[in-house]
Amino acid sequence: MIRFFELYGVRLVNAIGTHFFYVVVSVSIAFMVAMTLGILLSRAPRWANIMIPVLSVFQTVPGIVFIGILFLYLGMVPLTVITALAIYAVFPILKNTYVGIIEVPSQYKEAAKGCGMSQFQALFRVEIPLALPTIISGLRMSTVYTVSWAVLAAMIGLGGLGELIYAGVSSNNSALILGGAIPAALMAVLFSQLIDGLRKLLIPKPLRRDVK
Amino acid sequence: MTADMVLGHLFIVLVSVVLTIIVGVPLGVCAYFFTGVRKIILGVVEILQTIPAMALLGVIMVFLGAGKSTVILGLLLYSLLPVVQNTYVGLSEMDPAIKEVATGMGMTRIYQLIHVELPIVFPLIFTGIRISTVTAVGVAVFGAFVGGGGLGSVIYRGIRIQNMRLILTSTFALMAMAIVFDVVMAMIERRLQGRVSARR
Repeated sequence: MIRFFELYGVRLVNAIGTHFFYVVVSVSIAFMVAMTLGILLSRAPRWANIMIPVLSVFQTVPGIVFIGILFLYLGMVPLTVITALAIYAVFPILKNTYVGIIEVPSQYKEAAKGCGMSQFQALFRVEIPLALPTIISGLRMSTVYTVSWAVLAAMIGLGGLGELIYAGVSSNNSALILGGAIPAALMAVLFSQLIDGLRKLLIPKPLRRDVK
Repeated sequence: MTADMVLGHLFIVLVSVVLTIIVGVPLGVCAYFFTGVRKIILGVVEILQTIPAMALLGVIMVFLGAGKSTVILGLLLYSLLPVVQNTYVGLSEMDPAIKEVATGMGMTRIYQLIHVELPIVFPLIFTGIRISTVTAVGVAVFGAFVGGGGLGSVIYRGIRIQNMRLILTSTFALMAMAIVFDVVMAMIERRLQGRVSARR
């Protein structure tokens, strides 16, 4: 155990840092894009009926393909990984934002209108707060996926915890595999706990129904 | 890409889904029956799905070595959540009146489970199986890294030799597989649901 840290300590810390960076940056980008698109789609449900199925078909493309194809075009730069991860992370948040807003019971929307709220006020003060539980569970799904797909960054030599796993798998070194796999697993669990905590913080108790 | 690779992929997915059902449904029933282990079962299954697939496969590889069995076990663990959860939720949210009727007719607990509860909950369990299957098609791609073959190895080779056509055809095959599973199983699901609600 101690020998492992002596041997790979620096590499491990670097890998965790890179992995964390990829996840945070790409999920933040994805969150902003997805929220915007989700809100826009909720204003135009007719478009959504076309867009959501198309996007869900794209979601079946495995992350490795996104990274692979972007790699051929953009080359071996962190931008490749971040773009691929962000594209992948958009869909769960987008879908949940859209569904969350659409499923706000119409009496609340009407009440908001009746109170004299403008479209914007109704959106930001009524619809989004009520859709928040759904949006946050989308965010959680995206983040956990992203931690998982970020392992693939190593496939094109861009570090992260995948580097240790790949090196371990190809040299049949169990300690190295576990050294990459365990922190990756912990990171995913940690992120999901963190977002659960965020959800408790942001959402008042009566609205905390369990959404998956 | 050959038909062999597609069949190899299908084989891994199907075997792991069958195993998921065999393990998952009893686990869901256990979570429903025994309050003591409920939290543990549901918690562990959820954590298993949170773990990155590649990490999970890596850890299993330490014990089982490279090969198909590693991929199949990995997929099994990874896709338990939807099946276990849907089994448990379905059983615990069933109309209590039905259970009372079954008890009133003098059914034993096990008889009641097999002949009343599980058949009624089956459509919901099937939804879990569908989600598991579609996820498994995607996750099986990782199998390539631990020597499991399948379409993942074709995609990986395409990226290595920078052959766009190879990447795209194998991706297309993969997407088609996921979509066919999804659509066909959704159709079956709808029929199952129709049957149960008609019975009510």
